[in-house]
Amino acid sequence: MTTIEVTVNGVNYSREVEDRMLLVNLLRDELGLTGTHIGCDTSQCGCCTVHVDGRAVKSCSMLAAQANGAEIVTIEGMARNGALHPIQQAFTECHGLQCGFCTPGMIMAVAGLLKDNPDPSDEEIVHGLEGNLCRCTGYINIVKAVKRGAELLCGNGDKSSRR
Amino acid sequence: MYSFHYIEAKSLKEAGDLLAANPDAKLLAGGMTLIPTMKARLAQPSPLVDIAGLGELTGIELGDGKLVIGAATKHHDVATSGVVKKAIPALARLAGLIGDPQVRNLGTLGGSVANNDPAADYPAAVLALGATVITTRREIAAEDYFQGMFATALEPGEIVVRLSFPIPRRAAYAKFPHPASGYAMAGVFIAGTANGVRVAVTGAGPGVFRWPDAEAALAKNMNPAALDALVVAADDLNEDLHAPREYRAHLVKVMAQRAAAAL
Ligand SMILES: Cc1cc2nc3c(=O)[nH]c(=O)nc-3n(C[C@H](O)[C@H](O)[C@H](O)COP(=O)(O)OP(=O)(O)OC[C@H]3O[C@@H](n4cnc5c(N)ncnc54)[C@H](O)[C@@H]3O)c2cc1C
Ligand code: FES
Ligand code: FES
Repeated sequence: MTTIEVTVNGVNYSREVEDRMLLVNLLRDELGLTGTHIGCDTSQCGCCTVHVDGRAVKSCSMLAAQANGAEIVTIEGMARNGALHPIQQAFTECHGLQCGFCTPGMIMAVAGLLKDNPDPSDEEIVHGLEGNLCRCTGYINIVKAVKRGAELLCGNGDKSSRR
Repeated sequence: MYSFHYIEAKSLKEAGDLLAANPDAKLLAGGMTLIPTMKARLAQPSPLVDIAGLGELTGIELGDGKLVIGAATKHHDVATSGVVKKAIPALARLAGLIGDPQVRNLGTLGGSVANNDPAADYPAAVLALGATVITTRREIAAEDYFQGMFATALEPGEIVVRLSFPIPRRAAYAKFPHPASGYAMAGVFIAGTANGVRVAVTGAGPGVFRWPDAEAALAKNMNPAALDALVVAADDLNEDLHAPREYRAHLVKVMAQRAAAAL
């Protein structure tokens, strides 16, 4: 067993966990944050994406022990005071989801992408979301949602398109 | 996953001591190969000695005609480093093509080179650039380091500390990625160096290898057309459900021409 201390969505937690516990199981089973999904469990689909110290990672492929001391943000940490995060707002507006299973991981990956590249091209969006699979949308509306999210984040919310 | 014991190493020395004292111990860097392998119960090491946070293993430095990168440097940091982009842009580009952003945010140079997956990207750059693998015990030339599928010159308990890449005059990398994983079905790194042209191929064979015919042709004429007449022998190449060996042989030439065009 290992004792770990993490900050998740601004709240400090200390837990004694099995050394082999995955970060995604810490979030879901220990902390009850079930917004982070497990899709493939084999590092492929990105459903389990969360931010660890500001970087998007697949929480099914990281040990909870590796996250000791880290600041973690999950999908539950995105909305503020009942208002959706701009990227969530964009996914809603652009119909960037159908069943929604991939969406928490997708939103966290998009947040990572837009942090590195606030105004990505279609090609950069596709390259930047290579770690996330969606079985429903065909990705077209996801790409639209990323563009819309970029607009909302840079304060251009009133324009429907910048092209 | 089987049960194991996790230890966060506080220094390179501590990591080395733990490996020496525990025959079943294994280093953990980004975990992007090791953790999926352990989840599939294909490996059962214990303790896992985490070296990802060691300052001794990080850093990117340029000097004396060489670019030196610490083993625990993440793919993302190589891909976005201004120093790497200026010194060896092809290396930054290669790092940015590994897997996906989440993999690049954790996976490390040292882990990739230690693992030596036959479809990994870094080995092509290490071999083509004639880099040196610096370990806790010695310096190993790329030529001697890679020894075929998942095999390297590393001895038990030996830790990769950093890699030293001589700055080439020019270099380029082209890969045909597996559409799901991003691993190379064929990847070709071409470097124009002080010691001539070097061409290294990954993804196609059981391990990274040099392609002497392409090196000779490009030495005469650094142009994609110089490779037109060459034929890649398919006999020793990999064959799997993704690509028969003849297709891989074809891809090697096409990737080499794309890399040559990008020089
Ligand atoms: C979905 C996915 C896609 C991927 N796509 C690609 C791709 O397109 N191209 C590509 O090249 N790779 C790809 N990878 C692999 C990725 O690059 C890994 O990060 C890398 O191969 C291993 O690095 P790591 O730091 O994660 O090592 P770990 O998984 O932590 O370790 C791997 C092995 O190396 C050993 N090791 C680690 N560091 C050292 C060291 N300093 N000295 C000695 N031994 C050490 C470990 O003990 C272990 O045996 C992919 C991985 C995933 C999960
Ligand atoms: S559940 Fe983690 S990548 Fe699919
Ligand atoms: S919306 Fe169903 S998997 Fe993406």
